[in-house]
Amino acid sequence: MTYIPAETLAAEAKKTWAEVSAKKEPLKPKDRMAIPAQEMPSQDPAIRRSNMEEVALGYSAEEARLEALRCLQCTTAPCIAGCPVSINIPGFIQAIADGDNKKAIDILKESSLLPAVCGRVCPQETQCQAPCTVGKALKSVDKAVSIGRLERYVADWERENGLMEIPAIKPNTGKKVGIIGTGPAGLTVAADIRREGHDVTLFEAFHKPGGVMVYGIPEFRLPKAIVQKEIDTLTAMGCELKTNFVIGRTRKISDLLGEDGFDALFIGTGAGLPRFMNIEGENLVGVYSANEYLTRSNLMRAYDKERAATPVFDSERVAVLGGGNVAMDAARTAVRLGAKEVYLIYRRTEVEMPARVEEVAHAKEEGVIFHFLQNPKRILSDERGWVRGIECLRYELGEPDASGRRRPVEIKGSEFEIELDTVIVAIGNDSNPLIRQTTPGLETNKWGNIIVDENGKSSIERIYAGGDIVLGAATVILAMGEGRKAAAAMNKMLANS
Amino acid sequence: MGACNEMNRILDKKRLSETVYSMRVEAPLIARERKAGQFIILQLCEDFGERIPLTVADADPAEGSITIIFQAVGKTTRKLAGMDVGDKIAALVGPLGTPTHIENFGTVVCVGGGIGVAPLHPIAQAMKAAGNTVIIIMGARNKELLILEDEMRAIADELIICTDDGSVGRKCLVTEPLKELCEQNPKPDLAVAIGPPVMMKFCAATTRPYAVPTQVSLNTIMVDGTGMCGGCRVTVGNETKFVCVDGPEFDGHLVDFDNMMNRLNSYKKQETTDHQCKVGTKAGEPA
Ligand SMILES: Cc1cc2nc3c(=O)[nH]c(=O)nc-3n(C[C@H](O)[C@H](O)[C@H](O)COP(=O)(O)OP(=O)(O)OC[C@H]3O[C@@H](n4cnc5c(N)ncnc54)[C@H](O)[C@@H]3O)c2cc1C
Ligand code: FES
Repeated sequence: MTYIPAETLAAEAKKTWAEVSAKKEPLKPKDRMAIPAQEMPSQDPAIRRSNMEEVALGYSAEEARLEALRCLQCTTAPCIAGCPVSINIPGFIQAIADGDNKKAIDILKESSLLPAVCGRVCPQETQCQAPCTVGKALKSVDKAVSIGRLERYVADWERENGLMEIPAIKPNTGKKVGIIGTGPAGLTVAADIRREGHDVTLFEAFHKPGGVMVYGIPEFRLPKAIVQKEIDTLTAMGCELKTNFVIGRTRKISDLLGEDGFDALFIGTGAGLPRFMNIEGENLVGVYSANEYLTRSNLMRAYDKERAATPVFDSERVAVLGGGNVAMDAARTAVRLGAKEVYLIYRRTEVEMPARVEEVAHAKEEGVIFHFLQNPKRILSDERGWVRGIECLRYELGEPDASGRRRPVEIKGSEFEIELDTVIVAIGNDSNPLIRQTTPGLETNKWGNIIVDENGKSSIERIYAGGDIVLGAATVILAMGEGRKAAAAMNKMLANS
Repeated sequence: MGACNEMNRILDKKRLSETVYSMRVEAPLIARERKAGQFIILQLCEDFGERIPLTVADADPAEGSITIIFQAVGKTTRKLAGMDVGDKIAALVGPLGTPTHIENFGTVVCVGGGIGVAPLHPIAQAMKAAGNTVIIIMGARNKELLILEDEMRAIADELIICTDDGSVGRKCLVTEPLKELCEQNPKPDLAVAIGPPVMMKFCAATTRPYAVPTQVSLNTIMVDGTGMCGGCRVTVGNETKFVCVDGPEFDGHLVDFDNMMNRLNSYKKQETTDHQCKVGTKAGEPA
């Protein structure tokens, strides 16, 4: 894909919009399909390689309305079924097409509490946009209506125009709810429970709330100010926030339910335990987990070398191991921190990569070098105990495995070395055992995820859980969806108690 | 925002030696929960400050305060040393880590080097309270750098002081009296060594031939202190462990100290390990 400057895209959209809006007749499906799919304007790759600012710039009004007009408003609305929280997608898109952004945001907010976030980070191509009729007709999911970009457009419109409102709160019930973790799951539960008039206290281990949205996902993909705005809304609603507060250490679950007088708790502590590969050399100097690398850069702001006290490696040649969003974020952060060469090493092929396609495309534009069908065998040390390279094996795709994906099999004797000074391991996260270990009776599965019923209730009365701590490392939208479900059940429980 | 959990106010500040300070800080929840061997993470500015681990040297649950002892050597500790009574620390998180396993082992030798005497103090105290005979070996470069002598003397059944220059106590490394104790019959039931990594490495090497179980407390680089980054990881008996949750105490005979010392130097690219090794052979010297 060649880069088209934002101004060019905007000018083109203006022209097309003038033509389309001049039509007297209502648009027929044929006309809608003829409107060109609107590209997302973005920062020039050559420039953004050395800044942390957001890459995707968002639609102009004309781009948004044109993209909205591409929606056929088909009665089957397969997109809704593809959305984990069943947003009325044709409804909000029609409102944008009509130029009624207020109506569009109201429709979105019936189902989603974090549209500005989800519009940016949801894997739309495998969710709402996958079954889109327009994409099917044009024989490419890339040509589907860009639902996520439109979602972002209205959410940004609302925020940038200062129209975000503090939701109405019902009279105080005197009931107290504790929420552990301030990722998307915890924030969603806080909003839904506070609205019913219950007292809400959020506990966060880190010094800043927001979970992965703040410590993991980089600024260039999700500006922190957007997450902060959501937190500000919660505090304006009267939710209390206790940062630097580790449940299981500072206080235990049993203290909260006992002495501290909480009527119910929600655990949304995420999947924060980095997995390593257990290969030789993994503890050499220069090997990071993606969690550490990203936390240093994002939460601790190591990229701001002048001001931040937390350092991060000045790497020259970096390999990132993995193929998900976390791997893309780590690779693109390494580029921005000044690495000369960044390799992404993935065991399977590009089609199997779980990362959002947009992130893969952006990473390529930024010069990340992809090595598919390769897997590290060991990390090589120099005489001082620092990383000097990695030894990899080549793979080929064999028979499909249980997940239906063709299993990569190693090619014997295909070892080769890459010279490096930094290795970032991004092969996934497990759940942090702290709460499990300090809460007797809390049932978990063999991966350490909390077991809940269909309402998000755990094995202990009055304790609910959701998000990555239940699902394993998943997505923001699923964390939000689970949170809403649990909050509804908690509100019901509190009303009846 | 950390400040709204607890006040984190500095109640008292003492200078123990040229670069070592002791501070009593208001932190009621941490004071209530903490046990010997645990630490906190401290941050002086929530926007750009680093998160550094410091052992809780003492706690007063009734007053709601904890005591931290630190050496002003890095950016954050130097800034902390410049703060005064009444000032507030932006963030204090804890208590973190697994508490020391305390029981009546019999005779316990507690070896502290430099600033390591500070985290050793509550452990020695708890060991004594559990009924152990406690022998304490304290090491420092010179008399001026020796801290908590009175406090340790109050606990110890026997106190041995070593300095590099002989300005007080014996002129030797802490490993010398440790070896003598191991050679006695009966030998100690447990050794606890806390100090610069190289001191702990040589203490473990000293006790190994005598099969005296030896606990060390590792102070690695940390970020979160809750097990989510792996930055604090060390190799213990060929397994990877996270110091902030699995530790900070480990079996000294199993720890890969060389790897740990390398990782501690991750951000000092210009310095060579060569230099570090030379410093390293002198036990009792602050790292
Ligand atoms: C680098 C990265 C990129 C990602 N990119 C995407 C993407 O593009 N799209 C997408 O949909 N998803 C993405 N994900 C996944 C997504 O971020 C998570 O699925 C989602 O954030 C999970 O939300 P959560 O609320 O369950 O937990 P989290 O966001 O993990 O939040 C949990 C919070 O709980 C706190 N906590 C943990 N233990 C305790 C305790 N004991 N006491 C107090 N607080 C505690 C943590 O500090 C954390 O702030 C990404 C994840 C990562 C790591
Ligand atoms: S400090 Fe991050 S895992 Fe220990």
